[in-house]
Amino acid sequence: MGLNIDYEHLNQELKDTLQKARPAPPSGFVMAKLDEAIGWARKYSIFQYPFVTACCGMEFMSVAVSHYDIDRFGAGMPRFTPRQADVLFVVGTINHKQAPILKRVYEQMCEPKWVIAFGACASSGGFYDNYTTVRGADKIIPVDIYIPGCPPRPEAVLDGLIMLQAQIQQEGYMNKRKALRKQGLKELHGQP
Amino acid sequence: MASPKTSAPVAFSSLLSVIKGHFGEVVLAHRSDFGDDTIVVQRERWLDVLRFLKDAPSLAFNYLVDLTCVDYFGQEPRFEMVVHLLAFESGKRLRVKARIPEEDATIASLVPLWRSANWLEREVYDMFGIRFAGHPDLRRILMYDEFEGYPLRKDYPLKKSQPRVPLLSPEREEEEEI
Repeated sequence: MGLNIDYEHLNQELKDTLQKARPAPPSGFVMAKLDEAIGWARKYSIFQYPFVTACCGMEFMSVAVSHYDIDRFGAGMPRFTPRQADVLFVVGTINHKQAPILKRVYEQMCEPKWVIAFGACASSGGFYDNYTTVRGADKIIPVDIYIPGCPPRPEAVLDGLIMLQAQIQQEGYMNKRKALRKQGLKELHGQP
Repeated sequence: MASPKTSAPVAFSSLLSVIKGHFGEVVLAHRSDFGDDTIVVQRERWLDVLRFLKDAPSLAFNYLVDLTCVDYFGQEPRFEMVVHLLAFESGKRLRVKARIPEEDATIASLVPLWRSANWLEREVYDMFGIRFAGHPDLRRILMYDEFEGYPLRKDYPLKKSQPRVPLLSPEREEEEEI
């Protein structure tokens, strides 16, 4: 039962990242591409903010504790202030009354930040289609990963997390920073 | 499991005659389906009748189980208030109803009798737009203040939402019926 985590694979991945240091380090230091090294560090030190509104929260707890143990993926530290978090887990139904709260929590998070829509309701509103429910968290804030299920199995959550890690690895720190800086200058001065 | 009863429940027929003896013709209709006793009373005497049901020693319906409303859209009068009562001593239950017309959707508040009616009446106000005369704090309780209309009325569009923040993409296709 449970998941087979390929620790060897994870270790190998670290070795590969460091192996990309060329030429082989004589001793005492390593060399790597900055983007890859930062991406690798970031994806294994996810501080999550669980925005839990409904029954999916029980599944989130199940992933978090020992049976499935999200800490194996470096995401074991929930932060209950958005200022300290870098992944927002939208866990459960979002209604129009809560929408401004979710938006504010997202805006309070520092860059870099990512969002996971956890379960059917957070992804699309689920089977709620009425006056009160937002048809998916992505109507309010940008979402990176959607985890289907009502509620999702812990395996599905871990799969979604691994997909997010791949995305974080790909993102590239320097390019993102350049783009954000450009955007910031544009907002300050009107023109780049 | 039955709870110990200190007095026998009053029969429905004698309950009706007690009310009739005190108020005259205030009960517009009554029925008893499968042991569920129901009376429909005049809206104008709503508070008086319920105060009597609560305070009369022989009845003593001292617990307000639930208070809600039904929208019989298309009928006249349109709304129906429903109150479920329980007498702790005798174990007797009673359902009391009153019809409310749409053009004057008001009825007396039961907060003076049961403080638990406060939030129940706020919910009915929020969902059906019934106004409770004498309620100390008649505000919406579930929906947000800027919400327009009453979502559980049958003529409120089923899927019409009222977003509070600008949406990044429309909730549904233009032609989709709400």
